Amino acid sequence: MLTERPITPSTLGVKDLNWQIEWDKDLCTQCGRCTSVCPVNAIELGVHRKREIKTPASLMKKAENEYSIFYGIRQKTDPAYACIGCSMCNMVCPNNAIGPKREEGSTTQKFHNDRGGNPRTRGGRRNSGESLLDQIKFMRISMLTDPALDAGRHEFRLNTLLGRVQSPEESLKTYQEHGWKPPVREIYPLVIGGMSFGAMSPNMWEGLQMGVAYLNEELNMPVRISTGEGGCPPRLLRSRFLKYVILQIASGYFGWDEIIHAIPEMKVDPCAIEIKYGQGAKPGDGGLLMWYKVNKLIAAIRGVPEGVSLPSPPTHQTQYSIEESVAKMIQSMSMAWGFRVPVYPKISASSTSLAVLNNLTRNPYAAGLAIDGEDGGTGAAYNVSMNHMGHPIASNLRDCYNALVVTGKQNELPLIAGGGIGKSGNLAANAAALIMLGASAVQVGKYVMQAGAGCLGSEKDRCNVCNIGVCPKGITSQDPRLYRRLDPEKVAERVVDFYLSFDTEIKKIIAPLGRSTSLPIGMADALGISDRDAADRLGIKYVV
Amino acid sequence: MCRLFALTSRDPISPMLAINALNTMKEGHDGSGVGLCLRGLGGRFEEELQGCPILSGIFTEAGLRRLEQYTMDHGFKSQYSILYTPETEPPEGTPVRGTYAAIAYKVPRGWKELTPAQQGQKLVEMRLELRKMGEEDGDIMVFSFWPDTIIVKEVGDPLEIGEWLQLGANRNLYARHILAQGRQNTNYAINLYACHPFFIEGVASMTNGENTAFIPIKEYLQSRNVTGYSGYQSDSEVFTHIAHYTTKRLGLDIRAYKHVITPLMDHEMADHPDREFLATLKRSCRKMIIDGPNCVIGTLDDGSMFMVQDRKKLRPGIVGGKDGIYAFSSEVCGIDAVIPDRDKSKDFQPMHLDTVIVGPDCKEIETCSQKDQLPRQL
Repeated sequence: MLTERPITPSTLGVKDLNWQIEWDKDLCTQCGRCTSVCPVNAIELGVHRKREIKTPASLMKKAENEYSIFYGIRQKTDPAYACIGCSMCNMVCPNNAIGPKREEGSTTQKFHNDRGGNPRTRGGRRNSGESLLDQIKFMRISMLTDPALDAGRHEFRLNTLLGRVQSPEESLKTYQEHGWKPPVREIYPLVIGGMSFGAMSPNMWEGLQMGVAYLNEELNMPVRISTGEGGCPPRLLRSRFLKYVILQIASGYFGWDEIIHAIPEMKVDPCAIEIKYGQGAKPGDGGLLMWYKVNKLIAAIRGVPEGVSLPSPPTHQTQYSIEESVAKMIQSMSMAWGFRVPVYPKISASSTSLAVLNNLTRNPYAAGLAIDGEDGGTGAAYNVSMNHMGHPIASNLRDCYNALVVTGKQNELPLIAGGGIGKSGNLAANAAALIMLGASAVQVGKYVMQAGAGCLGSEKDRCNVCNIGVCPKGITSQDPRLYRRLDPEKVAERVVDFYLSFDTEIKKIIAPLGRSTSLPIGMADALGISDRDAADRLGIKYVV
Repeated sequence: MCRLFALTSRDPISPMLAINALNTMKEGHDGSGVGLCLRGLGGRFEEELQGCPILSGIFTEAGLRRLEQYTMDHGFKSQYSILYTPETEPPEGTPVRGTYAAIAYKVPRGWKELTPAQQGQKLVEMRLELRKMGEEDGDIMVFSFWPDTIIVKEVGDPLEIGEWLQLGANRNLYARHILAQGRQNTNYAINLYACHPFFIEGVASMTNGENTAFIPIKEYLQSRNVTGYSGYQSDSEVFTHIAHYTTKRLGLDIRAYKHVITPLMDHEMADHPDREFLATLKRSCRKMIIDGPNCVIGTLDDGSMFMVQDRKKLRPGIVGGKDGIYAFSSEVCGIDAVIPDRDKSKDFQPMHLDTVIVGPDCKEIETCSQKDQLPRQL
């Protein structure tokens, strides 16, 4: 380094970065693919100068310097261009000559993520690998009087209900009097949670919808997908596939016009309407679609100008209290489809979840409650929200279920839990644990991206650039040059693959517990954990 | 595995018949306990004490005194009682408990003005109160408090217990409908309250098997606000309460019971004549679906007796008999022991869709499949 080169407070060495590029000069063919594919321009072609001292064998001649230059890869040390560890460079390298390596010891980059006074925003979810759900064991396996069922041979009924289920007395009265029955859908308990059109690339969306349609129509699995806020493509709204879709509206009402205009032309009703009040990754915040991703198509669907950031307000602006929201929003949405479609709110897990639930139990039109825990993901949020805010899903869900048990309304108002399910890859085990803690269904987003489309994000702050439209896999980008990397057919295939394997795994969990003809919702006696406090809090067995 | 045996007869018969039948099935149970439910009683209970609530249980001397005080305070007068305090050594494994009692009471003045539902509610409340009193000191154990009903439960070999308690000796203990189960509860600690059969307001049932959905069903029943949906020392007690809920709270025929605990698959329901009703029932009663391997035998207030199986039929069960007497048994040898001269070709083993009912007239075995049209329910 030259002596006059300025060293400022934010001057970093490569060693200070979270991710470092390891490049092998001997293997590199200098094809340039790595630098062209890098989503954050962390690497560039470098011209390196090399000095070699040539020492002759005799003493007659003096040693000489020989200078040469070679071309290679250089990693930028500007934190704005820091490597995100996505490993795309490695994926495109023909010789495996390059790849990122995580520098576990360095934390310096953290202090420089606020260039220009702007705190860091990113996509993904909490950068924490720990998962309470992974610690839960299933242990009520009777070897004494109950022959364990065979996951491969017995018939199984895993479907769950979405919608207000009347009590036996009420439903028989309604049947007798031919009264209005709240709409109820029988769905598969693993729902693809809201990932909006806008957050997702068109190819990703198409792939998901194709996968869901295939699961429903060819494999007879009533899988449902939530649209997320941002509307729904007009063709889908007018297609017969709409019945597999949960339309989400949120506080920004983005895309809502498109939906309303399509109502008279809808061939089928949507599966349900989800009113999003909160999201686990950014509780209390509205949605955030940053300008990078608002291209012509997204702008048209959302009914907004191109190239502007689209933050949804943190709450529904037409209502100032949850009572009003519940009463008005749920009723008006129900009314829009002639009370034939279940309408339910989605909230962030928080200490006030019970208050919301309490409100819903007394509203005959409320079709359920979706709760998103702190590990829920998002396409864009402030780092601080994602890492430090929110309520764990397990205890919040358990509280809500227990509150329903006290009033005798368990499963009459289905609870849908989300947030961190399958974050370590244990999708079926995490889902089963939440179902046994009281969830009627669970919803996943990031797992779908990771397993269905090869999202590179991890809980080690890998990638997480969903917000700025440079998703290296083309999942969350609106740039056709990027999203054409993603083949919708392949996404659909992967979605079907992981649903089928989930189905097998969940049977492998519940069959030894002796359950097959109904989902083991609230079967908390089957659960154990080696953490005494967690056991007490969740009301499950403490086992070591 | 437990063994179950039930008899329904036009004329009162000795409970020892049922116990003997259990004994023939001894290979299938470990003789760790016995439970008996006697209904349609003969003798004095029939002749003089029709409609009088009968309290059955086990009491120490102090317990009997406390009971007397309690019933007096509530205006109940003892009319007739069968009290038996064995003086011989109990069979191996059976603790010395005190007096086994069945006491019929004359109800207080003004009781007749109450509706049957109110009367039932009061009896259940009193039974629970007595049970609670006994749980403090262990001096009172109450199994039932209902007209025309006696329940006996004890730990030990069924035959030895039956002989020790001299159950066959007293003709006032002869009954028309007898449920008998051999084995103590094995999944939880030994507790007489956990021993089958279970009884609530005229509905009694016993189960062979295990209920893996116990906790969610228990929580659901407890939240129904029905007095008497409590206790739950056994995972199978919920079967009795579901039968009670189905018949008494929802007012449905016992044929609907099977549709509550093991509903049809959707595709099976698609061309069912009652599909709308069944779909409604399946949806709203989803919390009461059972999964574990079960064979449930029960009897209702009207004297009819039924048997149902779990969806996969993982527990044995057979019904057979002749005009006037029918037996519901885990094994055919049980029926052979009691009704050897029946037409065996008419024995029926209910499969996963069947409910077997023998009416109070003990005329014939009525079988109904879940695929059949239900009698008009509502």
